[in-house]
Amino acid sequence: MALNPGESARIELTVNGIAHQIDVEARWLLSDVLRHTIGLTGTHVGCEHGVCGCCTVLIDGEPARSCLTFAVQTDGAAITTVEGLAASDDGLHPLQESFRMHHGLQCGYCTPGFLMTALPIYERAPEMSDEELRKAISGQLCRCTGYAGILSAIRGAAEIERSRKGAES
Amino acid sequence: MTTRMFGQSVKRNEDPRLLTGKGRYVDDIEHSAAQVAFVRSEPAHARIIDIDVSGTLDIDGVLGIYTYEDLEGDFAKPLPLLIPNDGLFAPKTQYALAHEEVCYAGEVIAMVVAKDRYIAEDAASAIRVEYETLPVVADLEEAARPGAPVAHLDMEDNVSGRVSEAKGDVDAAMAAASHVYQWRFSMERAAAMPMEGRGIVAHYDESDQSLLLYDSTQAPTGVRGGLALLFGLDPDRVHVVAPDIGGGFGMKVIQFYPEEVLVPWASRLLGIPVKWTEDRREDFIGSNHERGQAHEVRVGTDDEGRILGMETNFLNDAGAYCSYGLIIPIITAAQMQGPYRIENFRYEFRNLFTNKVPTSPYRGAGRPHAVYVMERVIDKIALELELDVAEVRRRNFIGPNEFPYDVGVTFQDGGPTIYDSGEYERGLDVLLDALDYGNARAEQRKAAEQGRLMGIGIGYYVEGTGIGPYEGAAIKVLADGSVTVALGFSSQGQGHETVFAQIVSDELGVAVDKVKVTSGDTRRIGYGVGTFASRSAVVGGNAVFKAAVQIRKQAAEVAARSLEVAAEDLVFENGQIRVAGAPDLSVGLGQVALISNPLRYAFGEESQEAVLLAQRAYAQSDRPLPDGMRPGLETAEFYSPTSGVFAFGAHAVVIEIDPDTCNLKILRYVVMHDCGAVINPMIVEGQILGGVAQGIGGAFYERLAYDDQGQLQNASFMDFLIPYATEIPTVELHHTETKSPLNPLGIKGVGEAGTIPGPAVIANAVSDALGRPIDSMPISPLDIYAILYKG
Repeated sequence: MALNPGESARIELTVNGIAHQIDVEARWLLSDVLRHTIGLTGTHVGCEHGVCGCCTVLIDGEPARSCLTFAVQTDGAAITTVEGLAASDDGLHPLQESFRMHHGLQCGYCTPGFLMTALPIYERAPEMSDEELRKAISGQLCRCTGYAGILSAIRGAAEIERSRKGAES
Repeated sequence: MTTRMFGQSVKRNEDPRLLTGKGRYVDDIEHSAAQVAFVRSEPAHARIIDIDVSGTLDIDGVLGIYTYEDLEGDFAKPLPLLIPNDGLFAPKTQYALAHEEVCYAGEVIAMVVAKDRYIAEDAASAIRVEYETLPVVADLEEAARPGAPVAHLDMEDNVSGRVSEAKGDVDAAMAAASHVYQWRFSMERAAAMPMEGRGIVAHYDESDQSLLLYDSTQAPTGVRGGLALLFGLDPDRVHVVAPDIGGGFGMKVIQFYPEEVLVPWASRLLGIPVKWTEDRREDFIGSNHERGQAHEVRVGTDDEGRILGMETNFLNDAGAYCSYGLIIPIITAAQMQGPYRIENFRYEFRNLFTNKVPTSPYRGAGRPHAVYVMERVIDKIALELELDVAEVRRRNFIGPNEFPYDVGVTFQDGGPTIYDSGEYERGLDVLLDALDYGNARAEQRKAAEQGRLMGIGIGYYVEGTGIGPYEGAAIKVLADGSVTVALGFSSQGQGHETVFAQIVSDELGVAVDKVKVTSGDTRRIGYGVGTFASRSAVVGGNAVFKAAVQIRKQAAEVAARSLEVAAEDLVFENGQIRVAGAPDLSVGLGQVALISNPLRYAFGEESQEAVLLAQRAYAQSDRPLPDGMRPGLETAEFYSPTSGVFAFGAHAVVIEIDPDTCNLKILRYVVMHDCGAVINPMIVEGQILGGVAQGIGGAFYERLAYDDQGQLQNASFMDFLIPYATEIPTVELHHTETKSPLNPLGIKGVGEAGTIPGPAVIANAVSDALGRPIDSMPISPLDIYAILYKG
């Protein structure tokens, strides 16, 4: 679709399983639409030029920078943000629980981006070498932790998931 | 017997909120507020000739555009000088909006308020500023040169302050020394770069002349006091809330940045909530930097490498303004002697204006520079005298029986620098054992035989932490048995909601997750100082402890009356106050809170029982509320330390330099650290590990590349290299525990420790690997290439 400056277009997108119809201007960033229009402020913006990774969300299952994506580009897409990670309001996803257990966060600002980046890979993480895992998250900056807790957390999440499933059966 | 929570790696209370996207950072608040964008100076030094806003007139949604001419009264005066000092004779601070002259690229010239940020940016970019550019002084050493351009037109040179101090007789010591060396060391600027920039939401309510400010500040109480004064408002109607903050590292302690004044000013003027969220480029050019020093050092030793006398003459880069006074160079001077006994010591520094972003403390605050200078001095002495670097340190340590040890120079709080406790040689032993130092040296020799460039670096530091003047905690027990704790100082990720809950948990016998800590909200506690200088756990922790002890005393008195026993016989555990030896006789802490507030009317079952208990107490006394008691189970207590407490530690690194890429490979990074009694080891380790990453970043990756016109050439994360997980090695941590005798909990601070020796260890290791001195930091592969291949 072609849009002039100031003109809006209606897009349909699904965020954490909920369908939204939103009028967006061509220049509106997905990060701004998620945060300000839809009100999902768990997605953070750290640099606005795609380097820090704080704003990472899943677009159709793939991690992507919501600060480098125009909302209008996501017409028809399914987006997952950090708010969509835990099954219930008071529970934590195994990955979230692992971040808590391994002190994988301090100020929490970069954390949603790390969680969304780790989501597609954490099940394979126990088999990854240290170097592989570091490379896998090398698009994300953290200024607080020095990464040690984050690496342990991603590596340990699958185990938490297994033990939860074990407890259920 | 319940487990003592102090000392346990308790999982953090704040984590579930932060992990599920329910954290509340400033930009998450008030999406409907009007939004601000700023026009910032492009030249580093210029006269403003004209500001043309005509291009903005046809932009829909602009609510206001403001320049200096719009400011009146105190708003038109320079922003406050935060920390005056006798040695600071040109205490220049900036105007909220630039007045005639701009002195750094990034200085705020005009403010746009608009319906949303997109429109505000449109308008800001349509404003044309005409400048008459002026000569720029960007380089620190150039700024000190007679005849150099001046950073401020009304000054004759660039010196804003000068301080000197001496202990012993340095001249006599130099005359008596077997060896006298002169060395120069320099360190460029660094920047905090928290992942969340600064942000402000201001809500001025004309109907009751109140101001509510959400501010990503490390010092909400100070911002509140300052704004009340500036706005001429009743301080009780001004409130500042520092909600979740995405890292601070010192950068967010300044009061005020211009935006902190302008955003509430616009809210009052327009009568609507107004919001500003800093973007990353603004953070590079509009939020304070640090480091930036050049030292000329003389040191005299005997033949065994013992330092007999030392002096340093150094320059500190203030940037364009100096609202934080001389604190950074004062800390450098006060902490330079580190763990070493130096009987004769002298320093003089000059604080110099340059046309660059102002400087103020960033994690480490003057200490990374001090430690880098001192630890390079130690390694150079070892090289000169053909001694082992560890042995030279050992020969100069202050002994374990010499405490309290008077360093002989003035500390940053204005008092003497007196170390409270330390075990420096034991610390070195722990470090070297962990490193297996002898083996590491043997491997290095083997590598050298193979032509490989391996190096070992050691850096030792002492860090003054936990300075005053005071901090406070307001504790309240609620009817459901949970406890609320309000702190005046804010958290930027340090885990305040957990560590302070641990202290309360032990004293009151309630679970850690039943203690709800709110930090940095002046609506909850009005008095406080701020989170900086590794002080929150020390000063705040002891305030929390005092308050919890007081609550326990109050609760015990009430419970004793209710249960008709002596207060001394009561134990607090599992949310109950029990009588020792009589397990059935108990009252819930929440019930005690209820009956501490004598009720005429019951509400709910628990309070019915509590009213009956209260009636029994009433029957024994002539008043429902005995003399000297206040309703409710709550108190606010304050702790004011007599002086700072001195943590210490040492890092060792083993590196190898790739001769093709000139990159550093960190083979091992070992840390020995001592911050006295540890409240939560997991959190302390997290502080150290994060600090180490910033230290490595500052030593090898992060360089603020200013050109000679004062333009920051790499003001983005594309060009300014913060290390990713691929650059930070696995760090091996070892602790010793030398408690402070100066506070009840024996705590010393830890927030900055990990960062402090970073430049020192990397410089020493690279020097060791190359056999060439690394005396200016940071270094980069290009520097190493020049050393290896360009002679």
